[in-house]
Amino acid sequence: MSELAYIPKGNREWQRYQKEIASDHYYLARSCIRQNIFPKAEDLLIEILREYLNKDIYDDPRQTTCTGIAYHSGIIPLETTMTVVARQFALMNEAGYENFAVSCVTSFGIYAEILESWQHFPQTLKKTRELLYKATRKEFEIPKNIVHTSDLVFKFREEISKRLQYRLVDAKSGEPLRVVDHIGCHYAKIFPQHGIGGAEYPYVLAGLTDQFGGEQVDYPERRHCCGFGFRQYLLRSNRGYSVANSKIKFESMQPFEPHLIIANCPGCTFFLDRWQYVLAEMEGKVYGRQGYGIPVLTYEELTALLLGYNPWDIGLQLHQVAVEPLLDKIGIQYDPGNKFVGADGQSLPKPKEPKILKQ
Amino acid sequence: MGSLVDRLKEDIRYQEGMQGCINCGTCTAVCPAASVSNYDPREIMDLVQEEDEESLRELLSSNSIWLCGECLSCKTRCPRDNTPCYVIQALRALSIESGLFRNSEEGLKQKELVDRLGRHMLDHGYCIYFDDLNIEMYPEQGPVWEWLRENRHSILKRLGCSYQESRPGSLRDIPQESISDLRAIFRESGAIERFQTISEEFPNYNE
Repeated sequence: MSELAYIPKGNREWQRYQKEIASDHYYLARSCIRQNIFPKAEDLLIEILREYLNKDIYDDPRQTTCTGIAYHSGIIPLETTMTVVARQFALMNEAGYENFAVSCVTSFGIYAEILESWQHFPQTLKKTRELLYKATRKEFEIPKNIVHTSDLVFKFREEISKRLQYRLVDAKSGEPLRVVDHIGCHYAKIFPQHGIGGAEYPYVLAGLTDQFGGEQVDYPERRHCCGFGFRQYLLRSNRGYSVANSKIKFESMQPFEPHLIIANCPGCTFFLDRWQYVLAEMEGKVYGRQGYGIPVLTYEELTALLLGYNPWDIGLQLHQVAVEPLLDKIGIQYDPGNKFVGADGQSLPKPKEPKILKQ
Repeated sequence: MGSLVDRLKEDIRYQEGMQGCINCGTCTAVCPAASVSNYDPREIMDLVQEEDEESLRELLSSNSIWLCGECLSCKTRCPRDNTPCYVIQALRALSIESGLFRNSEEGLKQKELVDRLGRHMLDHGYCIYFDDLNIEMYPEQGPVWEWLRENRHSILKRLGCSYQESRPGSLRDIPQESISDLRAIFRESGAIERFQTISEEFPNYNE
């Protein structure tokens, strides 16, 4: 079924770009960055789908990197990336699934691009099949449905919303919280038809904001890249590219005084969190209120938080920008003493305090 | 081995990305790299479509082709369906294959990427790997990352991760069978050869 029915009426641009999102039985392709930096986010997605929505999602330990970060850094031949992608599809086939759900936006772009290339240049599909068989003795079929995992949370947002214990609303005033949504470039800028709302008016996270009671912040640099730049970030000597582009966004959004940033891309979530820390320490400037930064969450972390999860059990203490101002604003009850506690309930030494950015 | 122009035109990314540039400059206007450096995708597209062998050789030897961040914002906005980023991808591949990347400072930096990302992928199955993300190389990770690394076993266990375990889940040890598949794919599809062109001492990863 098309998602057309879910799009708010009145905006023709959003309505032009729709996509099919399978209703159940997904094969999950994990993200290298998310597992490392926000290691609970994907498990929250699995829990929400399985326990709150009664959906089937398969978590395969055999999958590997898609090579996307290396491909966009200019070190990997296209044929290699195509063959690794083909192996992921073969694993999905072996597991008995047809719907491929991708957690990483870079990977999502890679899968979409390769499917398109195989269609436009059939000789590359033939070559990929040969390479995969020669290397692994595996064969593969193309998935029936391919989505980004934020599409799944978007699709089921109304059902999720009924289970929320909190909403994106100021607990004291009752006013909606102002939410910046940041969509990873490779979600829809490469192939607008693969994104809810296309590239210019992506609705995949704005739809969550609307559904969960918040107010969208429409600021001038809303569509600007976070500044990952692949090799530009990975090379320490080139990292100015990355922080400078994030700064363009922070400067543009700050006048709107957002309470929260949500992102659907692993890299974007990381950069929008960490560059706030760096800019505070380098330039003495913070973009939130009263010395704090603007909290940055993944869409699953936000959903789990509103469902009533303990913020310290979902890894929010691993964000460098403190989330407490957001928790207080929403009225979420939490134990500050539980933040730096380990697996067996023991207190861990606290992290060092940044000099400028308030924790 | 044909001319550089002919070799560039064989790359499907060039065929997809170069539909005929009208030099309007929209790509440069929206480009994050252009907003923070002297990178100019319009100029590159204009030069490439001239199909002049010497100009192309000069471009492949320059820093310019390495300044793009591959966000692909240019693809969305080009009024003529060009994708300057795809052309950049084809130029980067040709620069490496022809050895011309060695003539530029940015091209030479690819060695560091191969030595880091190549080994992460072929040793662990991840593009980036927790144990190698140290604060010296990535100081912007901040004190919270230092705290996580110092207390990794306890914190990751609390979060239910599979760090250094073989069960499914976040940060699991990827099975050796999968690592072997990945190494075989890299060998068969030319990635190991590409890595060794960039970084001579990169291992063969023969099983």
